[in-house]
Amino acid sequence: MNGVFYISAAIGLVSALLAITGTNPMHALVNLVVVFLAISSVLWTIGAPFAAALQILIYAGAIAVLFVFAVMMLNLGEETIRREREWLSGSVWILPIAIAIVLAVQFVAAFTRQAGMANLVGPKAVGISMFATYVIAVELASLLLVAGLIGAFHFAEVLRRKETEDD
Amino acid sequence: MIFAGLLFTIGAIGVIVRRDLVFMLISVELMLSAAGLAIAVGGSKWSQPDGQVFLIMIFVAAATGVAVGISLLLAVYQDRKNVDADELSLMREREPIE
Repeated sequence: MNGVFYISAAIGLVSALLAITGTNPMHALVNLVVVFLAISSVLWTIGAPFAAALQILIYAGAIAVLFVFAVMMLNLGEETIRREREWLSGSVWILPIAIAIVLAVQFVAAFTRQAGMANLVGPKAVGISMFATYVIAVELASLLLVAGLIGAFHFAEVLRRKETEDD
Repeated sequence: MIFAGLLFTIGAIGVIVRRDLVFMLISVELMLSAAGLAIAVGGSKWSQPDGQVFLIMIFVAAATGVAVGISLLLAVYQDRKNVDADELSLMREREPIE
């Protein structure tokens, strides 16, 4: 299981470097998703399967999709389409595909063998601890979410008002 | 732990070096998830569920941060038609370009 840990750690580091050095936001986002998947498999190997599942759901699912929508709304225009066409026929695919295949293979190996989770802490223990010991933290988290919602709504409202003024 | 530290360092470098707001947000996300990983590893070292509970709290904080950050990003883009962080640091009305 140590091997799985080291391979996913290496993949995570490589993809993180790629994510912050790239020039194309979309490529950076895909690399970011790979980083999150690698972190998730590291969490799995250290015996936190619940956290690993949540990592995929929240980061690779929700947050990455949010980023993708934002980048699409930035509307990069004609030039991007032309560049995209150039990229489609290139060797840029080889490294990401190789990384993804390695990650997929070790995911399958880890999930089928079910072995080697060092200090397993299951979802049940997490849930009990969260809603018994840390109820106040959960309440504070919900408060934070409401604050975030209101903040995002406020900025969207500013945008809308600006647009109607322009018309 | 070393992995988490390196990941955090990469994220921090990203925040400092890049000027594009999209990349800065991505780097902040990297740092947050590295911190979460460190917390989860600590929890797993002593076989306690606390680490994972706080990892979930970090998820919540990250989700909120991204939501607000992206809406700010879109607002900036609407205003300036680019997402350059250096230009934002002027902190005053830009003179209209004639």
